[in-house]
Amino acid sequence: MDKKKFRETALGGLFNNPVFVLVLGMCPTISKSTNIVDAFALGTATAFVLVFSNLFVSALRKFIPDKVRLPAYIIIIATFVTLVQMFIESFLPDLNESIGAFISLIVVNCIILARAESFASKNSVGYAVLDGLSMGVGFIFSICLLGGIRQLLGMAGMKVFVTTPGGFIVLGLMMALFNYLLSIYKAHQAKKTAQILKGVA
Amino acid sequence: MYISTLITIVVAGILTNNIVLNQSIGICPFLGVSKKTESAVGMGIAVTFVITIASVVCYVLYHFVLAPLRLEYLQTITFILIIAALVQMLDIVIKKFSPSLYQSLGVYLALITTNCAVLGTANNVITNGYDLLQTFISALCVGLGFTLALILMSGIREKVEVSHVPKPFKGLPIALIIAGIMALAFAGFAGLSFT
Repeated sequence: MDKKKFRETALGGLFNNPVFVLVLGMCPTISKSTNIVDAFALGTATAFVLVFSNLFVSALRKFIPDKVRLPAYIIIIATFVTLVQMFIESFLPDLNESIGAFISLIVVNCIILARAESFASKNSVGYAVLDGLSMGVGFIFSICLLGGIRQLLGMAGMKVFVTTPGGFIVLGLMMALFNYLLSIYKAHQAKKTAQILKGVA
Repeated sequence: MYISTLITIVVAGILTNNIVLNQSIGICPFLGVSKKTESAVGMGIAVTFVITIASVVCYVLYHFVLAPLRLEYLQTITFILIIAALVQMLDIVIKKFSPSLYQSLGVYLALITTNCAVLGTANNVITNGYDLLQTFISALCVGLGFTLALILMSGIREKVEVSHVPKPFKGLPIALIIAGIMALAFAGFAGLSFT
């Protein structure tokens, strides 16, 4: 039972991928994935906030009254976002130039609030941190993949893919591909189960 | 000169620098609530309303409280709290004074707290160094631009719903590709200039 839950949580970043399946946090995904460096930096910042907000929401879940839980979560998230903002401003000024405006928008990134509300507020600290890590890695992976593809297409001379319209189109195509692969995988699993059932019968 | 700056802000907010299609901010509601034209209109009005009030309140608070006290680093945390409180307050006020408007806005009102467009605009007017009137006009036009994009998108999606779409593209992927093509069209406005 515990092993199953551990596995499910740890693989959540893949099967419930925040970008391709849950479709949360689209704004930074599209606007800051024009090159892989920005994409990785923003992904890491988001993952950091996600892990720590999950940790604190989960640790404080018995103390936060149900009625004011959303404002409380938002304050927790905003605190960590401010920390990240200060860190980047003082240690990484170059990065601040390129993604600075989007760091403060991490507060309203739906992934973080959604994980706090739907996972961290119901599970113990260990699982909440694991979920944060898994979802964070899933997010970094997808935003870097998108950033890498767009940067390559841009370097190949198709400048349109580095602009916003290109971002929409590349993400749409990738999401379709992900859906297609997932449907193949599910069909394969269903076939396997059917065979096992047949064997039993 | 002041008037021409204002005109530039208006054109930028609605067409040349559309918040959804050019800056790709506020995409979650843009994709989530654009399935029907009616709800798109409701969401657009609600967002315009909140963006305008929130930006003005954030502007006043930033320049008269945070800046004199040198607390600029609290910008993010203050703004998000203002927006959350404002949305909650609007919810109560609209429910009390105009039940019919409340009915039509419904769930969307509460969702606006986590709309990046609101926080993004509040941050932008501070970074751009606008004065109070410019802040008001800019926020209003960003809201109108958002409404325009949302209504256009919902019109197209209603048509796509009945047409034949390959299975992996059903739902969001095709919506994203449509958004991309719309954004290409909006990129054409970039040539407009009034200065």
